[in-house]
Amino acid sequence: MNTGYNFAYLDEQTKRMLRRAILKAVAIPGYQVPFGSREMPLPYGWGTGGIQVTAAVIGADDTLKVIDQGADDTTNAVSIRRFFARTTGVATTEKTVDATIIQTRHRIPETPLSDGQIMVYQVPIPEPLRWLEPRETETRKMHALADYGAMHVKLYEDIARYGHIATTYDYPVLVNDRYLMRPSPIPKFDNPKMDHSPALQLFGAGREKRIYAVPPYTSVKSLDFEDHPFEVQRWDQACALCGSTESFLDEVVTDDQGGRMYVCSDSDYCGERQKDQMQ
Amino acid sequence: MYVAVKGGEKAIDNAHALMADGRRGDENVAELSLEQISGQLSLAVERVMTEGSVYDRDLAALALKQAQGDAVEAIFLLRAYRTTLPRFGSSLPVETGAMAIRRRISAAFKDLPGGQILGPTYDYTHRLLDFALAAQGGDRPPVAENAEPVEDSMPRVTDVLGHQGLIETSGEGAEMPGDLTRQPLNYPAGRDLRLQNLARADEGFVLALAYSSQRGYGNTHPFAGEIRMGEVAVELVPEELGFAIEIGEITLTECQMVNQFKGSKTVPPQFTRGYGISFGQCERKAMAMALVDRTLRAEDLGELVTNPAQDQEFVLSHSDNVEASGFVQHLKLPHYVDFQSELEMIRRLRRENAEAAQ
Repeated sequence: MNTGYNFAYLDEQTKRMLRRAILKAVAIPGYQVPFGSREMPLPYGWGTGGIQVTAAVIGADDTLKVIDQGADDTTNAVSIRRFFARTTGVATTEKTVDATIIQTRHRIPETPLSDGQIMVYQVPIPEPLRWLEPRETETRKMHALADYGAMHVKLYEDIARYGHIATTYDYPVLVNDRYLMRPSPIPKFDNPKMDHSPALQLFGAGREKRIYAVPPYTSVKSLDFEDHPFEVQRWDQACALCGSTESFLDEVVTDDQGGRMYVCSDSDYCGERQKDQMQ
Repeated sequence: MYVAVKGGEKAIDNAHALMADGRRGDENVAELSLEQISGQLSLAVERVMTEGSVYDRDLAALALKQAQGDAVEAIFLLRAYRTTLPRFGSSLPVETGAMAIRRRISAAFKDLPGGQILGPTYDYTHRLLDFALAAQGGDRPPVAENAEPVEDSMPRVTDVLGHQGLIETSGEGAEMPGDLTRQPLNYPAGRDLRLQNLARADEGFVLALAYSSQRGYGNTHPFAGEIRMGEVAVELVPEELGFAIEIGEITLTECQMVNQFKGSKTVPPQFTRGYGISFGQCERKAMAMALVDRTLRAEDLGELVTNPAQDQEFVLSHSDNVEASGFVQHLKLPHYVDFQSELEMIRRLRRENAEAAQ
């Protein structure tokens, strides 16, 4: 453990400022709370929001898991896990069930979360209306008035053009029947896991200086239409390593002749299943 | 055969070792010292200090050395260090009117109190590669000392115009200006925060915006009222003393643009201001900043906001190169999951297309 810096790198005043923002976010589910995001020693866009949120909630007794694309061993997950190992000395784990805090980029673990766990999402663009309206002054007004018609029109236009809602990740959700929220770029496959999750879900956008939250057991509804209900991705294949037909599969190109195989994106889930099958 | 993307940890260590190796270069060549960087690459050091928001030549030189001369990476290093520094107080506003002038020019007046002082500038060099420098050394022409010292009184051109009411007053600033490194920027942002943002902004970005305004995308009819460079004292009032003490001296470049303004029913015609400032001799940055400060005042001055350089959300949200560099380069991070989702969708759409065509 590196003792040159405060526990979890940030000074206590900054953590206090972050905790206030987090408390406000929990009190108003799905609402984006502006906060005084700090310049972190990792680049913007690489998880600085998630890192600040984790730094604000982590304690000496916590066990931290960090995943990127569902895997613990992708380079950026390794880098962030090391950062906290260095600055806090807390235990780290790759097992979803053992973790008290899970910082993630782009996935929610396949293993169901439980009471007392905290999910920390890294968010690149927190504003769900951003690609419909680039101005913050306008989108804040739209949220205040719950004026989300533009998003429904966008989804309808998808259906008119493609026959489907063509959004496949970062699929917009309505939280607690009030605020439209970006779930961060997780595949829509993971959206149902957010609904009434027993875990506390915190979202940090460092560059955009916003924090938002979904408290445990809160409704998270993916937008859809009665005649075009929300649906998640499905695969014809099973995982080539553990045989799962339930999990999100990554496609791995094996040669330049069109050869490919499908494996779980959640490395812990896949590994545990393989271990069980060995026994 | 499938090989999982394992071994990230080892790869990261090796990446760092490879960069360290590249940074050192040929071991038969002497290693760069911070004194050399700070003394001989001073304009690079000053850009890193300006956009890194820390006035410390040694740290900026270290950042440049560590970043192998990459200015944006060096600025990022300095910023990340800056956030860890405690704030022990705020200085009094520096008095640039009392600057120890090394350079002071006005493009608006042929002569003015204190005179024109050309000072150090590349402006009138012929841009011919100097091969004598390649051969190390070469003869330096002697610097001629002026027979008379620079005049003590060097009033700012804007003050000269101000006496006659020909230019708008600079307005009372906020008692304590905002700090966007502590509080998130909200729109519309006041001029204090806009100036802070521009002072930290990427030189290239501000330069291009300023240029766009000169080419018709939000023209402000600017004159370089004055550019001055030199040393100013930094003063602080420690709580336990209750009076100001000088804690140091910094080099600044300040640019005051004088811009046209038609006037209105309530205000007689007068010139308007654009303000730019930088640490050291970042004159290009200070001038560009002054132009963009003025274009961003469009709304305050009742002008139509129709161009990028006038649009504060556009300018202020995209001016920071540490933010921009991080977000552009984050595309290097794995996006397998999102890409897989798109693949699945595009295959489905193509399948349905093909079926419909049959």
